[in-house]
Amino acid sequence: MPEFLQFLFSGLTVGAVYAMVALGFTLIYNASDVVNFAQGEFVMIGGMVTAFLGYAGVPLPLAALLAIAVAIVVGLLLHALAIEPARGASAVTLIIITIGASIFLRGAAQVIFDKQAHKIPAFSGDAPITFMGAAILPQSLWVLGGAVVTFVAIFLFMDRTLLGKAVLATASNRLAAQLVGINTRTVMALSFGASAAIGALAGILITPITLTSYDAGILLALKGFAAAMLGGMGNPLGAVLGGILLGLFEQFSAGYVSSSYKDAVAFITILLVLFVMPSGLLGRRAVERV
Amino acid sequence: MKPISLKALVGAGALALALGQPAMAQNTIKIGSVLSVTGPASFLGEPEEKTLKMYVDKVNAEGGVNGKKLELIVYDDGGDANKARTFATRLVEDDKVVAMVGGSITGTSMAMIPVFEEAKIPFISLGGAIEIVEPVRKFVYKTPHTDRMACLKIFEDMRARKITKIGIISSTDGFGKSMREQCLKAAKEGGVEFIADETHGPGDADMTPQLTRIKNTPGIQALIHTGFGRHGAVVTRNVRQVGLTIPFYQNHGVASKSYIELSGEAANGVRLPAAALLVAEKLPDNDPQKPVVLAYKQHYEKTTGQPVSTFGGHAYDGFFILVEAMKRAKSTDPVKINEEIEKTKGFIGTGGIVNMSPTDHLGLDLSAFKMLEIKNGDWKLVQAGS
Repeated sequence: MPEFLQFLFSGLTVGAVYAMVALGFTLIYNASDVVNFAQGEFVMIGGMVTAFLGYAGVPLPLAALLAIAVAIVVGLLLHALAIEPARGASAVTLIIITIGASIFLRGAAQVIFDKQAHKIPAFSGDAPITFMGAAILPQSLWVLGGAVVTFVAIFLFMDRTLLGKAVLATASNRLAAQLVGINTRTVMALSFGASAAIGALAGILITPITLTSYDAGILLALKGFAAAMLGGMGNPLGAVLGGILLGLFEQFSAGYVSSSYKDAVAFITILLVLFVMPSGLLGRRAVERV
Repeated sequence: MKPISLKALVGAGALALALGQPAMAQNTIKIGSVLSVTGPASFLGEPEEKTLKMYVDKVNAEGGVNGKKLELIVYDDGGDANKARTFATRLVEDDKVVAMVGGSITGTSMAMIPVFEEAKIPFISLGGAIEIVEPVRKFVYKTPHTDRMACLKIFEDMRARKITKIGIISSTDGFGKSMREQCLKAAKEGGVEFIADETHGPGDADMTPQLTRIKNTPGIQALIHTGFGRHGAVVTRNVRQVGLTIPFYQNHGVASKSYIELSGEAANGVRLPAAALLVAEKLPDNDPQKPVVLAYKQHYEKTTGQPVSTFGGHAYDGFFILVEAMKRAKSTDPVKINEEIEKTKGFIGTGGIVNMSPTDHLGLDLSAFKMLEIKNGDWKLVQAGS
């Protein structure tokens, strides 16, 4: 039982981060059909900016807010300078642009920051909490809590605000949305800004556990993308579900099967799911019902 | 007037070249280097390049070697073995170097070996793997200690602590994998038995499931981690998180101050094998390496303003093994220099005391590694068994 709980919490922590990255993918995909492979770099920016501001003596909460602000600016610039000028280009072209942007952001981070690993102090100390025999870091609870708050905020925004409805309308049918007077360009910019903010928040929450460096975003983008596919690309709820499931698959197979096969187990599971349900666990249709 | 024939022109040109070249060669001794100054291995190539440039300038300021100035030619392969090989060919055919110090990683070094072997030009590699000098090739040497030596050093410490049943968690990156293999191979010789063998991906966020498995392995007495970069620190924190209290050994790949900083409290009590350079100030005064490593450390830190790394130290060792061999050979003939490199005895470098022989082109023994323990945020030298 203690092992089970240990694996469960480990899986949930990792999964929550994947879910946040996947949610970022989803938001942008819905607004623009672009799969933004620079999503992992937002996570990196969140962690790195907070770490460096922390070194400079800025208190942690302020540093975290500034880091999110920096990520939002980068997200908006990415939209304004790279995606917007190529409007009308095919989705594949836009995706390649985001890959280019991610390489650019990594390179810039190497120059602006450095190539070393960095850390942020844990929000509530490093001493693990023992819960029924499993050792859980307080930071894991922060990650889970932060993820839940983010998800709830996004769903409330989509469900309760006019702007949120505009985002949903754009996601289901861009032309129709334009026809009823929704400024889809603003919606796209908004989705880039929001994705960047979520990514940066994920980076700030996870860095005390995993540390960060200029290249920390590559793997997270891949895992987040896999999670988004698993849940059904374009469905925010699917993204959350996909992320959590991917994290659990990985950590349980590392714990019960073998760590050598943990990535294989996770990815084979995804392949099997996609064979049976090509549009993911919660396919596109669910979007329209929200 | 008779027009100048093409033949005469070519002849004159050839004569000028023929006259020009020996004149140049008499003034400088060309030393080549191909390093991974940019790219994923830049943390190796950068300090190596700085070290070589720094010491070429220093030797030249002191009058050069055998009355001739040194000329260093550095190419950056970006960690790409294909590029490295192209540059190696250029060093041999166009630049006509007399010797080569470089090859930051095993991959690029292995790609360049045939070029220098064929040209009969000595090649001192800075790559890690034992394959570079095993089997022994006539013109190929290396200065960094091998992963196998790091494993044996750890086992030596374990034997002294009466530990025989151990586990390993290794990163699936190149370095972590290679060291894991070397450790498993060396287990018998080291008198230990591996009863747990786990891996983690280089970017993994949380290794507690693997470590929980290791913790639950009956009879386990110690744990080794292989791999470098920030994951070393993540594993260290996870070890403490799941409450593993058995002795924990890290590897020389994480041996830097930043590892201690990133791991925080969790690093306390961790042991690892590392080069003397890391603890330059803490070496006992009678240690023959102390003056060498201190001088290198101070010179490097003063010149570059950056903290010294063991990787730059490898370049220092390679360069001075070559310089001393050239002084003994009193010649710029690569083959004669090669003979003298092979005769290197008692050379005190940053990586250890080097004794080359026709059957050993590395020349280091286990004393090259110091066993360190981390105590309150700093390194402490440990005597085996304490």
